[in-house]
Amino acid sequence: MAALLEVDRLCVEFPTRRGVLRALDHVSLSIAAGEVLGVVGESGAGKSLTGAAIIGLLEPPGRIAKGEIRLEGRRIDNLPPSEMRRLRGRRIGAIFQDPLTTLNPLYTIGRQLVETIQTHLPLSDADARARAVSWLEQVGIPGAADRLFSYPHEFSGGMRQRVVIALALCAEPQLVIADEPTTALDVSVQAQIIALLKRLTREHGTSVMLVTHDMGVIAETADRVAVMYAGRVAELGPVASVIQEPAHPYTAGLMASIPALDRRVTRLAQIDGSMPRLNAMPPGCAFHPRCARAVAQCMAEQPGLMAAGRTEAACWVPVKEALHG
Amino acid sequence: MASYIGSRLLQAIPVLALIGLLSFALFAYVGDPVTIMLGQDYTDAQRIALVHTLGLDRPFYIQYLRFLWAALHGNFGNSYRIAEPVSTLIAQRAPATLELALTGTFISVLIGIPMGVITGIWPRAAFSRVFMVISLIGVSLPVFLTGILLILLFSVVLGWLPSFGRGSVVHIGAWWTTGLLTVSGLKSLILPATTLALFQMTLIVRLVRAEMLEVLRTDYIKFARARGLKTRAINFGHALKNTLVPVITIIGLQLGGLVAFTLVTETVFQWPGLGLLFVQSVAVADIPVMSAYLMMVGVVFVTINLIVDLLYFAVDPRLRVRRSGGGR
Repeated sequence: MAALLEVDRLCVEFPTRRGVLRALDHVSLSIAAGEVLGVVGESGAGKSLTGAAIIGLLEPPGRIAKGEIRLEGRRIDNLPPSEMRRLRGRRIGAIFQDPLTTLNPLYTIGRQLVETIQTHLPLSDADARARAVSWLEQVGIPGAADRLFSYPHEFSGGMRQRVVIALALCAEPQLVIADEPTTALDVSVQAQIIALLKRLTREHGTSVMLVTHDMGVIAETADRVAVMYAGRVAELGPVASVIQEPAHPYTAGLMASIPALDRRVTRLAQIDGSMPRLNAMPPGCAFHPRCARAVAQCMAEQPGLMAAGRTEAACWVPVKEALHG
Repeated sequence: MASYIGSRLLQAIPVLALIGLLSFALFAYVGDPVTIMLGQDYTDAQRIALVHTLGLDRPFYIQYLRFLWAALHGNFGNSYRIAEPVSTLIAQRAPATLELALTGTFISVLIGIPMGVITGIWPRAAFSRVFMVISLIGVSLPVFLTGILLILLFSVVLGWLPSFGRGSVVHIGAWWTTGLLTVSGLKSLILPATTLALFQMTLIVRLVRAEMLEVLRTDYIKFARARGLKTRAINFGHALKNTLVPVITIIGLQLGGLVAFTLVTETVFQWPGLGLLFVQSVAVADIPVMSAYLMMVGVVFVTINLIVDLLYFAVDPRLRVRRSGGGR
């Protein structure tokens, strides 16, 4: 199956007074039509930056220094701003983290929906309004027709995230980049929002790039998962394989640190040390200072993604044994 | 909504009563009206009679209440200088000042807001930097200097525009006069209005720019971009509207300031408005005019503040909820 989106050796750099910082270093991943790709990693690993680069909304002075992004085989990373704008929302949508701040407080949600719909689709006011109501119904807003005239502050956090999802999907993009869509929500609401996102994207055949640091969400939702570390993809593979048989020592450490409900532990496993800063990247594999398995080659040569067991891992000495449980 | 307006009007009453007290105190502490009205030669009997006629032998609070009562009926007494009712003087002068202040504000808003948006969107662009330097000069130059420079250039050197006065005016209704309908009136308006607008405009540009820089960083602007909305709609719709509350506040206060205190500009251009009337009255200690002027300034500010508050409602829906429902 041809990939819908291909990110090919993408490098994003931030020129600063003290030199150029490379925030994304040869990131490659792909998303097939209808597929959910989970992207995990700790803060600063480059998950959100990858999403921002794909929709062409890198904050200046950040820029794509190398690599390509292709949508249905056509390069989109070098499109002029006006064409890239038409693509956003229409072919690639985005859902942000905090629904309390992502909606314009001064406009009714109906106006925001209708504006988005009419920007991308040649619909009359009445048709656009009908479509807006239909989307509010699809995301489960009760009394949708009346709520068009409500302002964002008249909704709860979970309801607002439903509105955000409707706004992201209302022009039916082929891909939606969901950047920590549940992080800012109550735990009780998180599962509902993930279930809603899963159902809607399946119904509309939308691909999803789900950026999160919640492995539970990934396990439940994603088809494949990319684990990022220090601006690079550490491991990439089907979600069950990555969780049960991680090949990269970082992934293995990450999985081991997730508390299991069926075992009584006094101390959670942790990976010693912390992720290197961008201006102090170690040579070779970025993970080697924290890695128990590191050998001489790890300190000298940067590994690329290579087949390891049932996943691909950027590691010279991948883990072979499956995790217990 | 109606209850809100009502409560604001009720709040205005003590404010105006206090300003009335200050206006009234002018009579007691600045000069002695009896001496002024009696002139050089008078007998004690005449003096006592006049004091009695004016009610100055009554207790302080009775005098104050009588003053307020008269003020409520638009009666501020007669000017010492011109011997005409003060209310008539003010009514004659008010149209000139209002036209000048409103035109100045209109020009400054018309140029200031778009320039603020543009310099906010492209803060690093060369023309933004140039404009900010110019606006810094505009803020720091005193009004009398810009006024005189404009006169020098456009009246003396080029001879295009009149340097003083209001030109010929047209009467509308019983007491309104306007210079907006005659060529000489419009020509006379240009220089003083520009002088007022320059200072105001630089303030508005800087305020809008600062607010835009703030708003453009917010998540809802990023989300609007991520939805592919047109840049114009984002900048002049979503972003600009979110900068308006502080901008309206400043424009309102400035407008009030212009109506009340265009003293310098009106003096430089000999504009026959309230500012000029006030300056002339201060020079000869014309207390009734000064006191009525003070009251009028109070009314102007209270009115403008009320209008500004109502505009908040129009702009920000969150305020409407807080009033009726007590928050979300």
